[in-house]
Amino acid sequence: MKKAFPILGILTAIVLSYALYQALVVAPTEQTMGEVQRIFYYHVTSAWTAFILFFINFIASVQYLCRSNSGTDRIASGVAIAVGAIVVAAAFFTPVPSGVRPSAVATTGLLITGLYFLIHSRFSRADTDVLAMVSAEVGVVFCTIVLVTGPIWARPVWGIWWTWDMRLTSTLVLWLIYVSYLVLRRFSSSGETPLLAATLAIFGALCVPFVYFSIWFFRTQHPQPVIGGGGSIDPRMMHVLLINWLAFSCFAFLICWSRYRLEKLQREVEQAQAMESLTQSSRSPR
Amino acid sequence: MSAPTGITRATLLKDLRLEWRSKDAINSMLFFSLLVVVVFSFSFDPNAEESRRIAGGLIWVAILFAAIVALNQTWAREIRNQVLDAYRVSPAPANSLFLAKAIGNFIFVSVLEALMTPLFVVFYQLRPLGPVWQLLIVAALGTWALVVNGTFFAAMSLRTRSREIMLPLLLFPISIPALLGMVQATTNILTGEGARVWIALLLSYDLVFTTACLILFETVLNAE
Amino acid sequence: MNGYLIAAYTATWIIHIAYLLTLVSRYSRLKREIEELKKK
Repeated sequence: MKKAFPILGILTAIVLSYALYQALVVAPTEQTMGEVQRIFYYHVTSAWTAFILFFINFIASVQYLCRSNSGTDRIASGVAIAVGAIVVAAAFFTPVPSGVRPSAVATTGLLITGLYFLIHSRFSRADTDVLAMVSAEVGVVFCTIVLVTGPIWARPVWGIWWTWDMRLTSTLVLWLIYVSYLVLRRFSSSGETPLLAATLAIFGALCVPFVYFSIWFFRTQHPQPVIGGGGSIDPRMMHVLLINWLAFSCFAFLICWSRYRLEKLQREVEQAQAMESLTQSSRSPR
Repeated sequence: MSAPTGITRATLLKDLRLEWRSKDAINSMLFFSLLVVVVFSFSFDPNAEESRRIAGGLIWVAILFAAIVALNQTWAREIRNQVLDAYRVSPAPANSLFLAKAIGNFIFVSVLEALMTPLFVVFYQLRPLGPVWQLLIVAALGTWALVVNGTFFAAMSLRTRSREIMLPLLLFPISIPALLGMVQATTNILTGEGARVWIALLLSYDLVFTTACLILFETVLNAE
Repeated sequence: MNGYLIAAYTATWIIHIAYLLTLVSRYSRLKREIEELKKK
């Protein structure tokens, strides 16, 4: 496994460079916004990556809570299958928003269930806690990028740095929720920090639909310019977007892997240090 | 009466009785709420036209700050007397304790609201154009949204460094959709517009998070 | 090329590199602690 890392690193660097070239040179220039629109390739891909990482955090947290006993574990696995099935069924039996292919929705459903069981098989219960922490941390990094590139894009296009539009505002709230998750992890002095953090992650995930709905409805009442524009995307731009998404997904994977190894090593060291001080104190004369 | 409701009722009545006898917390909280309203009135000129339009937001932010102070001492008595350890080893369901605390906080914050709202109405010369009974529903749903999560996060903050700052730090982000709902509903009722969607949002938020708190409180209580 | 465009791309990479640097420094600190433990 460890040998694969440098190879993957070089491959990722190549893909990232290629994606950058595509974004800056190959992609067509947008009509109304001009060159600035190219920020879109980094802004949107960072957002998608952050969302996926936060979703992984949710799955890992659920598994940490549920795998403590086999009963809840089986219920959780059942729910994961059910959710996938419902999404796949919804793709074909319910009207889908325009511009979205039913096959894409169905694939997403299958991927959700697949991701759940992939994590279940590859990570022990204790390791899901590490995964949860890592995905939240890297997710916050990508989310920060979304919040930084958004205003940089908004300023030349709309003349203002921030518009409280639907997407930026929801991303800000998401960022706040997961930063509070990281703060809890940092400040918790309990030995059961993983349990508390997992609980908070569940609350955060439950909050997400409310965040999106409330801000969406608020915006329909009080419309504002939308950063990132609506409407359909030129297929050539979509192509470049997907290349950048692939590149950043690989990059995110490598960062998470490094952070994961670092965290596990840190926990081992802390345990060894605790053992060391324990044996020391039992050895020293009273 | 079944055991869980009996425990809830007993704990709640005990808390209320203790608060009533000591009156320390109540009196200082009431005075704090009054101060908050006055400070806001100085900061946001009540005579300006804009202030009347944001009065809904001002009321709820003021209530939020007062609620944080109240929520922070939710578990103080239990910690002092090692009640939580006793609760952990007893067969009593953790939910009952949580519910008692949450309802107690709800009553407490409602008392504060009952003081602050008339003051706001007077200072800002508010005349609701919409139905006032809807305001009561919004007040109840909104207060419960803050209190149910606040009581839960107060328990989570017990085993953290900087316990007092941890509670608002955890509570505020999660409460943002509910806050938006409360403020928009209140503002809409004051200006005579429809608030039904926001009330529905608050109701579903309350249902989802009350369920989550009831299911997960046992886990938090037993966390070391 | 647009100044804002450059700023956005640069900001992205600065954030990524900053994060990676924190990982590197935490890793070297861990290595030091492991050496200390091995000595004992």
